[in-house]
Amino acid sequence: MTSETSTGQDTTHTGNGRAQTGVHIDPSAVKTGRPDRSLSDVPDPVIECKGVDIFYGSFRAVSDVTMLFGRNEITALIGPSGCGKSTLLRSLNRMNDLIEGARVAGVIAYHGQDMYADDVDPIEVRRKIGMVFQKPNPFPKSIYDNVAYGPRVTGMKVDSMDDLVEEVLTRAALWDEVKDKLGQSAYGLSGGQQQRLCIARTIATRPEVILMDEPCSALDPIATAKIEDLMHELRDDYTIVVVTHNMQQAARVADRTAFFTARPDEQTGDRTGMLVEFDRTTVLFTKPADKRTEDYISGRFG
Amino acid sequence: MATTADAARAAITGRARGGERSTRSLVFLLLLWLSLLIAFGVLVTLIVTIAQDGAGRLDSGLLTGYSASVPEEAGARAAILGSAWVIGTTAVLTIPLGVAAAIHLEEFADKKHWFNRLLELNIQNLAAVPAIIYGMLALGFLALLGVQNKNVVIGGALALSLLILPVVIIATREALRAVPDEIRQGSLALGATKWQTVWRQTLPSAVPGIATGTILALSRALGEAAPLLLLGGLVYVTFDPNGLLSGFTTLPIQIFNWTGRPQAGFHELAAAASVVLLVLLLAMNALAIFIRNRYQHRW
Amino acid sequence: MSTVVNQGGPAGVPGHPGASITARNRRPGERAIRLGLFLAAAVSMATTIGIVVALLVPALEFFAEVSVIDFLTGTRWAPQFSPATFGVVPLITATLWTTAIALLVAVPLGLGAAIYLSEYAHRRVRKVLKPILEVLAGIPTVVFGFFALTFVQATILRDLFSFQTGAFSVLAAGLVMGIMIIPTIASLSEDAMSAVPMSMRQGSAALGANRMQTSLRVVFPAALSGIIAAIVLGISRAIGETMIVAIAAGNQARIVEGPLEAGQTMTGFIANAALGDARVGSLEYNTLFAVGLLLFALTLVINFISIRLVRRFREAY
Ligand SMILES: Nc1ncnc2c1ncn2[C@@H]1O[C@H](COP(=O)(O)OP(=O)(O)OP(=O)(O)O)[C@@H](O)[C@H]1O
Ligand SMILES: [Mg+2]
Repeated sequence: MTSETSTGQDTTHTGNGRAQTGVHIDPSAVKTGRPDRSLSDVPDPVIECKGVDIFYGSFRAVSDVTMLFGRNEITALIGPSGCGKSTLLRSLNRMNDLIEGARVAGVIAYHGQDMYADDVDPIEVRRKIGMVFQKPNPFPKSIYDNVAYGPRVTGMKVDSMDDLVEEVLTRAALWDEVKDKLGQSAYGLSGGQQQRLCIARTIATRPEVILMDEPCSALDPIATAKIEDLMHELRDDYTIVVVTHNMQQAARVADRTAFFTARPDEQTGDRTGMLVEFDRTTVLFTKPADKRTEDYISGRFG
Repeated sequence: MATTADAARAAITGRARGGERSTRSLVFLLLLWLSLLIAFGVLVTLIVTIAQDGAGRLDSGLLTGYSASVPEEAGARAAILGSAWVIGTTAVLTIPLGVAAAIHLEEFADKKHWFNRLLELNIQNLAAVPAIIYGMLALGFLALLGVQNKNVVIGGALALSLLILPVVIIATREALRAVPDEIRQGSLALGATKWQTVWRQTLPSAVPGIATGTILALSRALGEAAPLLLLGGLVYVTFDPNGLLSGFTTLPIQIFNWTGRPQAGFHELAAAASVVLLVLLLAMNALAIFIRNRYQHRW
Repeated sequence: MSTVVNQGGPAGVPGHPGASITARNRRPGERAIRLGLFLAAAVSMATTIGIVVALLVPALEFFAEVSVIDFLTGTRWAPQFSPATFGVVPLITATLWTTAIALLVAVPLGLGAAIYLSEYAHRRVRKVLKPILEVLAGIPTVVFGFFALTFVQATILRDLFSFQTGAFSVLAAGLVMGIMIIPTIASLSEDAMSAVPMSMRQGSAALGANRMQTSLRVVFPAALSGIIAAIVLGISRAIGETMIVAIAAGNQARIVEGPLEAGQTMTGFIANAALGDARVGSLEYNTLFAVGLLLFALTLVINFISIRLVRRFREAY
């Protein structure tokens, strides 16, 4: 069940002569719990992964992932620690380029463009696919400057930065709490507020996709609920991919969920992450097709 | 890390008290105290004797007088101004160069590349090359250019800049390294380029650390005489230095010169000038510590 | 349905980007800046090359006239006399004396201070003591030299102890140089000892060792390569120190046979000769660089030993 559906030729991206080609992924090749079912109902996939392997040096952290991220959907990545969720997420906007030795094989396409082709500028990728981190990481600047930073560095044409800041902070459900202290340091905010500020900062640059790596794991339940509400809100305009350890959260927010696990490699003994099952969240949580998924969601594993 | 170490240390003391009271361990502890006591005792003695020796000449004449053949008429005016010129020029040369080099090594360089590794090794070594060698470098450089008059402010500043460059680079790298990676990642994830990230996030966050390290490096340059000795024995300066090509002397050189004279009056002058130099250095150190405590981010 | 190429962003979001992610340009500004940064870093390389060339060229001219053997083994240093002799041994003996005396002072005191700071001192005490050591490290060497000449040599050695010594001695210079080096040895050794994992101390304490035993038998050996690196760096500083010896050790180049004698070190010779007005290209001028080259080569070897020892230590923990 791991590789029979993969049809991608192994392509390793080291920056050597890859021309841009339109990438087509056959939805029926996308792994679901049921081999008989295709995921042709994923609407307008924005990001498509086909036969993706991710390496750290010679260590294969993620193996043979084929899946789609549908437009204006929230896709959750779940699975036990170390199964490569963050690794996969980082490779979706080329943030893994920053890790020495990290390497992607297979195809990750953004609107049909191979994201790892030679003529692709990773900075452009990140401008379209934003990222929110596990630990809130506001800049040591004022709240206003945190939001304005992205538009400024990307050279976005903005009629009124003040209006943009207000709009974006409102969008992130933070405006009422901070409107009187925009000039103050972002470090004075609570953890939950900081995380919403980071989301505001991300949408200020008008990305199409927002990647979130366990955005609530450092927050209390109330702050978590606010972020979850916000994700629902944002879904109308953005495509969201969220890594979470909290299965209730995945069940609450995600349209689709992908379950990963790590399995020791027969030859090397490395624990390599792999996609077990990818389906509508309701299906995955109520009628998982794979035994491992069932064990995991019922708490018998991980 | 210090806190856990302290906690563990405290735990060790708390329980092992009995063993700590043996004569041997007490003598050992006494010797340890003695080491610090001797070091600090000499420091105090040095400051006191120099202040005493120089007290008679800590007057306005010291600050207004030029070099002279009789100690009563001589002062350190030209030396103080010369030090200001040389150190100012050194700062202008070193800070951009050192910070840029540190940014390359810390933020951009592929640390596994052999050339960058060689650069690191080279900087470590340069930091330990004797100061006087930098004077020989400047001397050789000026000779190569065919400069007749080697006693010029820019020559001295060049020698001192290269002398403290490794120190500035090392301090700047430490300051950059102290900026958490999350800041960089946050910026890059918004689509900022690497340089934008460095210029708008990392570097501003590292400024207090860089300032502290740089001020300390400049204070080292201010007290340094050896490399400047090679750039001319012009310690008989009776004018205010007024430009990069002006002749100059500096406080340490002036002190050296006066120390070498036989008359007691000049020794008194040397001590008084030393007091001035120490006060300047203390002020710079205090500034550095102030910046460190006041502005340093605690991540 | 499966592939969407170049569709616009979500409706209702103003200014939403299109889907093109290919590079519009290759960011030439960014590349220029990177090149500039690299060149700045390369200046340090140019410095080293500059030093080697600056020393080597005049030194080679010198060795064209004076044989290397005579230079390194000759026991008479009289470059100004005629016939001039260029045996560097006298300068080396003076350097050895001052360096050895400095180490006799700095090694025990520096290590004592380091053990106290790392193994005994409370965090708050350490926060007070370390800056004081930094102040000691920040005293200009001319001031140390003045102190060595007028206080240590004149007041202490001559007046107080009534030693048979003149205006200068390698002892006075060496003692003060030792004090000057204490902070170097103390702070580097303290770093090394602090890096020894706490578990090793706890293991020792669990066996009933007291703090002295733990310090000497566990921490000290574990930190040894770091400590040796500190001492080696201290040696390098002692050999290269100029002002203290130029002021207090004297400037007669002769073989030094006892600590109370005056003598001229290698650095002392360079400083003194620099004061004279040697013409560029003259033998006198080249002599300066021959001695400088020897000094540079010596400290280079010593520095590399120290750097390697530090690396080995870093790898261990
Ligand atoms: N920077 C890195 N260098 C080398 N290996 C890494 C790196 N980051 C992650 N790995 C390895 O890759 C594998 C997947 O890690 P990853 O962080 O993606 O897991 P994860 O599913 O996000 O786990 P968690 O739930 O704990 O966040 C792990 O074995 C991990 O050790
Ligand atoms: Mg993770």
